[in-house]
Amino acid sequence: MTEGVLINENEVESKLEAVIKPGSFTGENAGEMAEVILIPKKAIDIKLEADVITPDSFAGKSAEEIGKLSVWQGPKTYPLSEFFEVTGNGGSSAAETLIRIKGDAMRIKRIGESMSAGKIEIEGSAGMHVGTGMKGGELVVYGDADSWAGMEMTGGLLHIKGNAGDHVGCAYRGKWHGMKGGRIVIEGSARHQLGGGMDGGEILVEGDVKSFCGIRQNGGLIFVKGSALRGVGAEMAGGTIVIGGKIERFSPGFEFVSMENSITSGEVELIGEFKKFTGDYAISKRAKGALYVVADTNPEL
Amino acid sequence: MAGTIAVKNGYVFDPLNEINGEIMDIFIKDGKVVRELSTAELKNAKVIDASGMTVMPGGVDSHSHVAGAKVNAGRSMRPEDHYKTNLQKTSLTHSGSGYTVPSVYKQGYDYAAMGYTTVFEAAIPPLEARHTHEEMRATPLLDMGGYLILGNNFFLMRYLHDGDIEKAAAYVAWMMKTHKSYGIKCVNPAGVENWGWGKNVHSLDEANIHFEVTPRETIKGLSEVNELLGLPVPLHLHANNLGHPGCYEITKDSLKILDGVKPRQDMDVEWAETKIDPSRNRSVYLAHLMFNSFAGTTWGDCESGVKDIAEYINNKDHVVIDSGCTPFGEATVMTGDGPAIQDMYKLTGNKWSNTDVEMEGGSGVIPFTYFKANPVHSLQWAMGLECLLLINDPWKTIMTTDSPNGGPFTKYPEVMTWIMSEAFRKQTFSECHKWANDRSELGGINRELSLYDLAILTRANPAKTIGMAHRKGSLGVGADGDVTVYNINPQQLDTNNYEALLQAFRKAEYTVKGGEIVAVKGDIVSLPEKRTYYSDVHVEDEREKEMLADVKEWFRYYTLGFANYPTPEKYLQNPTPIKINVVR
Repeated sequence: MTEGVLINENEVESKLEAVIKPGSFTGENAGEMAEVILIPKKAIDIKLEADVITPDSFAGKSAEEIGKLSVWQGPKTYPLSEFFEVTGNGGSSAAETLIRIKGDAMRIKRIGESMSAGKIEIEGSAGMHVGTGMKGGELVVYGDADSWAGMEMTGGLLHIKGNAGDHVGCAYRGKWHGMKGGRIVIEGSARHQLGGGMDGGEILVEGDVKSFCGIRQNGGLIFVKGSALRGVGAEMAGGTIVIGGKIERFSPGFEFVSMENSITSGEVELIGEFKKFTGDYAISKRAKGALYVVADTNPEL
Repeated sequence: MAGTIAVKNGYVFDPLNEINGEIMDIFIKDGKVVRELSTAELKNAKVIDASGMTVMPGGVDSHSHVAGAKVNAGRSMRPEDHYKTNLQKTSLTHSGSGYTVPSVYKQGYDYAAMGYTTVFEAAIPPLEARHTHEEMRATPLLDMGGYLILGNNFFLMRYLHDGDIEKAAAYVAWMMKTHKSYGIKCVNPAGVENWGWGKNVHSLDEANIHFEVTPRETIKGLSEVNELLGLPVPLHLHANNLGHPGCYEITKDSLKILDGVKPRQDMDVEWAETKIDPSRNRSVYLAHLMFNSFAGTTWGDCESGVKDIAEYINNKDHVVIDSGCTPFGEATVMTGDGPAIQDMYKLTGNKWSNTDVEMEGGSGVIPFTYFKANPVHSLQWAMGLECLLLINDPWKTIMTTDSPNGGPFTKYPEVMTWIMSEAFRKQTFSECHKWANDRSELGGINRELSLYDLAILTRANPAKTIGMAHRKGSLGVGADGDVTVYNINPQQLDTNNYEALLQAFRKAEYTVKGGEIVAVKGDIVSLPEKRTYYSDVHVEDEREKEMLADVKEWFRYYTLGFANYPTPEKYLQNPTPIKINVVR
């Protein structure tokens, strides 16, 4: 069903024990929220550009008004009601608005783009650019997320219960700065270039990642419980990457610093035996990136 | 009636006619300014009620990078410059995107929305002239033209080395006609050629390899050619060592070379009525002075050298400059100065591109961001404004950002407001790195330019400098019917309320081009035809023949055939040749 994400559910082999403070991975419990329910009406052929699906644009609108918001499909625009049955009214502000998409949204792009508050729950998979530029609030994807999830996010929580595609929390093509704040949690695995150009915030992956995780990272934390393929931290100048599983092919520009027993970064505390490296010295002599790998799974490093 | 309009009751600022805020009506008939309209004509004319507003000639940008290979390279290497700025198509206008290097359509609309009607591309490598003209042709609304890059051209270096000014002049004249270009641009004279071997030149008397010409000989020679032919625009100079701490000295020495050169503008055109002499009176047009004005020895101890150069210019009459202001934020640096781009790559580590334009020059592109928190960038901001405020005579200065090098042209409203409002400068100082104040004179300047001065810096002087004052930059009878109406009441002008100024400059109330209203409050409402100007320079047949024999002989080193070299007129929209050096 989800042609956008091609990850096999790999067994997560991690000897890491993560102690994460309670409540840190869930959004603030908001008070009374007005609920807007979107039920897909039909199969979508050309993917929709639906950046209007945010608490910010739904707030203060009735179901009918929400249905009239327009989405792009190819070169044409249509009202949202062409594709969804809309029930429920928006809250008086974005923070008081909860959007529930009851069904699969894999062919719907840009859900929650630039949202500043409130909550979106997608009871299925999400299309490309879910939570792009998110500033606040909470976005939960119960299925998988296609590529570019949380691109250039600055705040809030993006919680993906399934797998994610390429470029999670990354910078736009050609841009040098990706995610600046907020948090992305992926319960499954992610593919290539996770956290590219990341400046701040946190990305936590329960599963594995493919290549170039944390490419050109400048700040923030990437924590992968599983393993990584290659190019981890390539060209990174700052920030922290932790890999709990095995790194298949280690980047050549990193230098071993020391053995560490625990890592603390913000609200996350990791206990275990780590090898700490700094780099990437392939580009800059003054690189300050920290790369931790679990000692047990990477004996050859 | 097409092109017939009356702009009524506005406060008019027209420095070429010494009109300083008088309440007047401006009449335009068939696209040209006229003294009056008959009752019948008035009945059919469109009328703009400009009461309580500022009226100026249409804006003229004499130095911008808006067309050609390097601009297009900037577009294609910067997808991130485009994804957040999208312009939707309307029934009238084309779609577009881009911030520092917008697509040609968006560029035309954005300039027109700010009240500009004329824009000159500052650097055309001859081999890229066709491409440049294709982009200029596709740029809507703006009257355009461009300067040909000739400072590191094989033929000219050979002729200058041999001291053969007459052949050099014949070559330049032929090149202007061949590539439909307007003036001479000289970038890092003699240095760009050395860049082909990974080198540069660093002093005015250092000869380059193979050709053994010095920057001094190049500047002097090209200027001689320029005046011998009587070209409309003075030699457009981008001096050596640009962007290096300490470069202000070589800049000043470069200007000294052309002290005493007699400007000779020999154009066969019909001049619009003006009160003051509209022909050019400078022998050198120094481009983006800010980038050429660093004092100090390293980036650690660098400071503004603008004061020193400004003092020189204040005491001399042969120099006109454009400022090259840096209004902070995103920019895309693009120049014919290949080695300068490599230096910037070493400084920033950003993605970059460099190219060698065969026997004619070089070029490079690199994205750049100017930060208020960065000591050097904040200093550059202050220096750019010093260029406009420390030179006393506004007729010696032109406001630019060297778009998109110092910042995109859409930041002009900020620059205009900084030079008009001390309060706005103070506000920006408070957000800047302290270097801006410590290492420049700007903090001690309380000069605030008037609307009259602004009209000189953004209209009258660019037009006069580049030899377009015969139809642009004034509202005299016979001038093109290009008018900008800003929503500023000069009687109630409060420079402390800089927000109001910014707003007024960002979107002109009306932009009129050739008597047609093209933009209202920033929205494009019509798309009249535009023109492309070039210099059609006369030289004696015999001389041209001799020179062409050389060119044909050496053309085997080009990667294309001689017949494919010229730019035919069909590449231009409304080609408008300006006859130069006509024997009468």
